[in-house]
Amino acid sequence: MTDKVSIVLQVNGSSYPVSVEPRRSLADALREDCGLTGTHLGCEHGVCGACTVLVDGKPVRACLMFAVQASDVEIRTVEGLAKGDELHPLQKQFWENHGLQCGFCTPGFLMLAAGALEADPDMTEDELREVLSSNLCRCTGYQNIIKAVKLAAAEMRK
Amino acid sequence: MSWVGRSLPRLEDPTLVRGAGNYVADVARGAASVRFVRSPVASGTIVGIEKPEDGIVFTAADLDGVKGIKPILHRPDYVPVEQPLLARDRVVFAGQAVAVVVADDHAAAEDVAEQVFVDIEPVDATLDVDLALEDGAPVVHEQAPGNVLVEGKVRTAGLDSALEQATAKITIEVRSRRQAAMPLETRGGVAQYDRVTGRVTLFASVQMPHMLRTGIADVLGIAEADLRVVAPDVGGGFGQKMSLFPEYVILVWLAKRLKRDLAWIEDRRENLMASTHSRDQAFTVTGAFASDGKLLGVEADMRSNVGAFSCYPVTCGVEPLMALAELPGPYAFKEYGARSRGVTTNTCMMAPYRGVSRPTLTFSMERLMDAAARRLGIDPVEIRRRNLVDTFPHRSPTGLVYDEGSYRATMEAAVAAIDLPAFRERQSKEWERGRYLGFGLSVFNERTGYGTPAYAARGMEIVPGYEIVDCSMDPSGHVNVRIGSSPHGQGLKTSLAQLVADELGVIPQNVRIIAGDTDATPYGWGTFASRSLVIGGGACKLAAAKIAVKLKAIATTLLESEADNIDLDDGLAKVRNSNKSMPIPELARAAYHQSHKFAGVSPGLHENAVYDPAGTFSNACHASIVEVDIGTGRVKIERFVVAEDAGILVNPMIVDGQICGGVAQGIANALYEEIVYDEVGNCLTTSLADFLPPTISEIPTIEILHGCTLSDATITKAKGVGEGGLIGAPACVINAIVDALTPFGIEIFEMPATPQRILDHIRGKRKT
Repeated sequence: MTDKVSIVLQVNGSSYPVSVEPRRSLADALREDCGLTGTHLGCEHGVCGACTVLVDGKPVRACLMFAVQASDVEIRTVEGLAKGDELHPLQKQFWENHGLQCGFCTPGFLMLAAGALEADPDMTEDELREVLSSNLCRCTGYQNIIKAVKLAAAEMRK
Repeated sequence: MSWVGRSLPRLEDPTLVRGAGNYVADVARGAASVRFVRSPVASGTIVGIEKPEDGIVFTAADLDGVKGIKPILHRPDYVPVEQPLLARDRVVFAGQAVAVVVADDHAAAEDVAEQVFVDIEPVDATLDVDLALEDGAPVVHEQAPGNVLVEGKVRTAGLDSALEQATAKITIEVRSRRQAAMPLETRGGVAQYDRVTGRVTLFASVQMPHMLRTGIADVLGIAEADLRVVAPDVGGGFGQKMSLFPEYVILVWLAKRLKRDLAWIEDRRENLMASTHSRDQAFTVTGAFASDGKLLGVEADMRSNVGAFSCYPVTCGVEPLMALAELPGPYAFKEYGARSRGVTTNTCMMAPYRGVSRPTLTFSMERLMDAAARRLGIDPVEIRRRNLVDTFPHRSPTGLVYDEGSYRATMEAAVAAIDLPAFRERQSKEWERGRYLGFGLSVFNERTGYGTPAYAARGMEIVPGYEIVDCSMDPSGHVNVRIGSSPHGQGLKTSLAQLVADELGVIPQNVRIIAGDTDATPYGWGTFASRSLVIGGGACKLAAAKIAVKLKAIATTLLESEADNIDLDDGLAKVRNSNKSMPIPELARAAYHQSHKFAGVSPGLHENAVYDPAGTFSNACHASIVEVDIGTGRVKIERFVVAEDAGILVNPMIVDGQICGGVAQGIANALYEEIVYDEVGNCLTTSLADFLPPTISEIPTIEILHGCTLSDATITKAKGVGEGGLIGAPACVINAIVDALTPFGIEIFEMPATPQRILDHIRGKRKT
């Protein structure tokens, strides 16, 4: 057991003062201390990418980062993607194109794609596939994920 | 207007894309954390267990009076074995739970678990399915001295003469290496204890909530009324979440004992080594072919490694007995003899995984067809054409009745989509340039939506199969449908809402499907075996039809119409051939508030129905083109075509999603995924980086063609389609690899065909 450290996490534009053990992962802090359970844990080995969040705009495995490393950064999670009732283009296209089945990997894919497209809105399909190969989906066979991401990219460029 | 047949975006998704789903770990906040201490040894005697002084730790000694899990098949060849909740005197696989720890959070629980020292005296383990059958092999359970837990046999009278008459007898040794279903969400449960009533609510990531309630109550000796099981949003199952696991029983036992809320969320390492595995199978299959390629008969010896225990409720018979009954597949041969054994070993328990045996069965038959085509000098498409069932209903040699299908037509469609003559021309040219392209086929049927008769025939003590659906329309005209199926990613709520909407003339958005909560739904069997759309959907249609009858009777009175002259459509009850209509919500309100007006119509709108069909076979053909890099053994799939026939597609987008996801898992089975044990029984593949599930880079675009045979075997005319993608793909891919490597003259009968195995094949042939 170790002493807890008080930090403030900046998540989706809100401040979350939390007290965490130094060993607590960012994913656990988001889920358990901030109550933001949209970030899912599929392996805790950094392989599946279900826990992907944006840290200062870049996709990061939240299971591989300590919460105490995240006190000076801007974090974005799936809960911050929609603007109120209006879904983000990625969320809308995943829905309309059946880019999800069980939905467990979906938040990670959404944040991965959001980070990639915000950095480069003009990615080619090959580049997008390269980025999306970071994460695992067990249900869809990926076909509708790439379709949804391409359509969302087009919508985001408008 | 019909909702069936439309690719309606799923009603489930607005919640899930916001990250607002409610998976089991999401309800764990505030609960104490449970962690299992697992055996690091495959087989051995427990000499002692040392517990840390300041931790909450329980072992088997604390479980006095609590039974183990003992699934039963009523067959003389079945040997029941009991799975203790925690290992008592001995361990039988690496990963078996030996002790359980409770602490305030999961990190603290891991700390305590690491301080529990289990002293085990190892003994020789039995790991391989064929070595387990040898004389003198270490015995896993003393009641099964030969390590066989179940054995089925069948032999038609004419098999011997078919084998004698054959021009070519071709024997293949097929090996499917061990697989795991690997849902992206691991197993997990949260037990909430009600301090006033003592009742426990168990949230669990499961496919069969009612079965779990029955199983836990039986083992703990409590009334089912004292336990509520809720399957919240479930992050995939694929069969792995349909068994009763000791962990869930212990969670409920602990919650009652400690009178507190407890959470066990499995980690990925546990999931890969200690949940369930599948498809560790070795088949010896002989085909007796006439000179024209006609298959006269098949003889098979099939061994399935069922691991250390028998899964509840379907038992360790699930793979071997499926193999016995369904090897003949889509082919019309008459003579069949098979022996199929479930063999116990010191490995993780086998349980269903999407397709159950049929990926290996299809791999066997389709490899056999290609091998025979090569031997007899017949085109692979032509030899199938000569052997596929084309008259229906067809009775298989094991007595299964195939309803109307399109076995040949789907094959022709898939082959046409590939443009085989053009491919063969290209293939020859590429061979000359040192590029190895191949074409592969796989034809299969898929038994789906089968009710109690199929399970009773297996001798199951617990006979699942039917579905009860409870349907009501409230006074505002909205519909609540309570189902016993338990979807976990299939979009079933959307598909069922479409079916019900059509019966009642309302929009699917006004049909709420309630599932996965034993307090809120009729007793049911959950979601597995491609059953829910067929059986649950059939029961929904029947229950909704009863509501429709009442609505029409009420409309007949209120619209002063003649009987049988009302249609429900577009939210209205319409008098046929007139302008008279009334909104359905007004009828619904009248049903509750003006019931005195309707003689012979009982008050309210609340009906239920049961559906228990015999089953229906969907069918498909997969065709692929692959390229094999002979320097590295890497396989790249250039094209993958699926021509399938599942009758009426309630939501075509969802059907295509099931096919694509299944094919991806099938490609994984063909090329990548394998659970590996070392020589003493340690599981070596305990992270996803070792198990190698494919990413988007490995999965090609999947082209899908639909046939639509209307079968009377299902009242919705919809057949199941949940498993076919995975059943057909492994055979299709490996047939294409073998075709690509024709210049080397090799055959591959083992999956996955990893790069190393492919290189070994190529190099082996080079040496000769």
